[in-house]
Amino acid sequence: MFRRQEKTLVTILILGLVLGGTYALLALGLTLQYGISRIMNLAYGELTLAAAFVLVALFRATGLSPIAAIVMIAPAGYVVGWFLYAVMMRPLVARSGAGGRLEVDSILATFGLLFLIQGVLLVAFGSNFTSISYLDRGVSVFGVPVALNRLIAFAICVTAGGALVVALARTRWGLTLRAVAQTPGSAPLVGIDVNRVARQGFALGTALAATGGATIAMYQTFSANDGVIFTMKALVIVIMGGVGNVAGALAAGFALGLVETFVATAIDPGLTLAATFAIFLAVLLWRPQGLFGRG
Amino acid sequence: MKLILPVLALALLAAAPFALSDYGLGLLIGAVTYTTLASSWALFSGHTGYISLATVAFYGTGAYTVAVLNEALPYPLVLLAAALVGATMALVVGLSTLRLAGVYFVIFTFGLAELVRQLITWYEVNVTGTLGRYIFLDVTARGIYWQMLALGAVTIGLTALIHRSRLGLALRVIGDDEVVAAHSGIPLARTKLVAFVLSATILTLAGAIASPRWVYVEPAIVFNPTVSFLTVIMALLGGANRLWGPALGAVPLFLAFEWLSVKLPDTYPIFLGFLFIGVVFALPDGVLAGIERLRQRREGAG
Repeated sequence: MFRRQEKTLVTILILGLVLGGTYALLALGLTLQYGISRIMNLAYGELTLAAAFVLVALFRATGLSPIAAIVMIAPAGYVVGWFLYAVMMRPLVARSGAGGRLEVDSILATFGLLFLIQGVLLVAFGSNFTSISYLDRGVSVFGVPVALNRLIAFAICVTAGGALVVALARTRWGLTLRAVAQTPGSAPLVGIDVNRVARQGFALGTALAATGGATIAMYQTFSANDGVIFTMKALVIVIMGGVGNVAGALAAGFALGLVETFVATAIDPGLTLAATFAIFLAVLLWRPQGLFGRG
Repeated sequence: MKLILPVLALALLAAAPFALSDYGLGLLIGAVTYTTLASSWALFSGHTGYISLATVAFYGTGAYTVAVLNEALPYPLVLLAAALVGATMALVVGLSTLRLAGVYFVIFTFGLAELVRQLITWYEVNVTGTLGRYIFLDVTARGIYWQMLALGAVTIGLTALIHRSRLGLALRVIGDDEVVAAHSGIPLARTKLVAFVLSATILTLAGAIASPRWVYVEPAIVFNPTVSFLTVIMALLGGANRLWGPALGAVPLFLAFEWLSVKLPDTYPIFLGFLFIGVVFALPDGVLAGIERLRQRREGAG
């Protein structure tokens, strides 16, 4: 009896960390968009789903390996994000000046974008649940059988997320991004083109959404109506970690993956969103600046 | 004098069912329902800029309350219960988010409908074992129409009253600059909470009144996110901070969407998305403000 409980605990731990990898990557992208570009993107989950559908379509039509597909989907996400910012967000930023108007405008505009993308996905792929069967065989990790596709997805998320965190912390390019995130008003004084950096931040965030979505398609079933749930989870992780706090978002992403896997295995899979909201509520009441935020 | 026109219009609308076919009455109910939803949404979000994306969370809760209680309680008590449930839900949401920056409120409301839908589904499947309920009420389409018309009239009347009261002034100052509002001694959280609870209670009541038209109710039907979406775009198009703005946006858009959803059932959400983005870009303050600006420019030129 005791041994069995111990084993389920290890299972939850490993599966939760694997799921948390994807969540951390998604939250990282969202925190880049909000922190650097100042755009609260409610269509984030729809962009994630779009990438997931593209991966499935490529896999079914050409038999292209999902790993090769991700190498193509991530830059495509960057390009899509670049255009979205240039065409849609930039005029809103220019219109708002320095006032608080941008937040309301970006929330409304991306709320419209959410319906637009969801409508396109529904027309193109229908409303049924979709999944592919790719490397769906168990591999033993510390005695727990984990599907190989999940492990690969985890590795992709850790590599992409880790590389980005290092680049943000260590390179000159990362420094300009952080400068804009911290004080967009004074960044131009040291010769930073804020508009360009904001566009990069938004594009990079979309690329991460696309990568996260593509890895989700490798191991999970999803439908065109799930976008809100992904956006919500990413948002809650960002708030848990403290807005703009990259390391916090990563840690909170893993934490949410663990909690969700625990709720799904120990209580009921139908209550995972409720668990997300419970965490959100607790953070709002207890530490609205984020678990890892300062102050 | 200013009251005569609205009262006359109300009397005319109240008499309309006697001259209309069943189909016409159905359309009228829809238009009045959305006018009520958009007006009560604007009651809180219009002035403060706290965008609520949870219209259907309250609307659906109202409908579902009726579905659960319609055989247990007399109708007026069912409505009262729905209003209480809606107000309690709004209190919980408001107390946890309205003390903080606006973005937390937006995020909370963004996922709220999905959360309520999943919780009710889970409860019905695991505890009561009945997913899907029937509403057998002795309410005719005309009865629904008159109730909704009354609710809509009360909402607009209440909005007019609030506009002139201290509460309305406080809400406008909060929308303009929260720091200034705090410095002039406005109790921020309490003011926002009162307006939000009021608005949410009306939304819940609207759902309860409209519910007998469904007959069969299940969470996936009553928590349709399109309702939240339509409410926001209607209020924005007309002008969310004007008394008649939401009504002005709701009626034509409802008719247009009704027509579109029959003609193009598949691509209709795409149109909605485009239209929404278009309104945010071209008419950020609504049609009424746009017309005024045009008129001012013409006077300035001439």
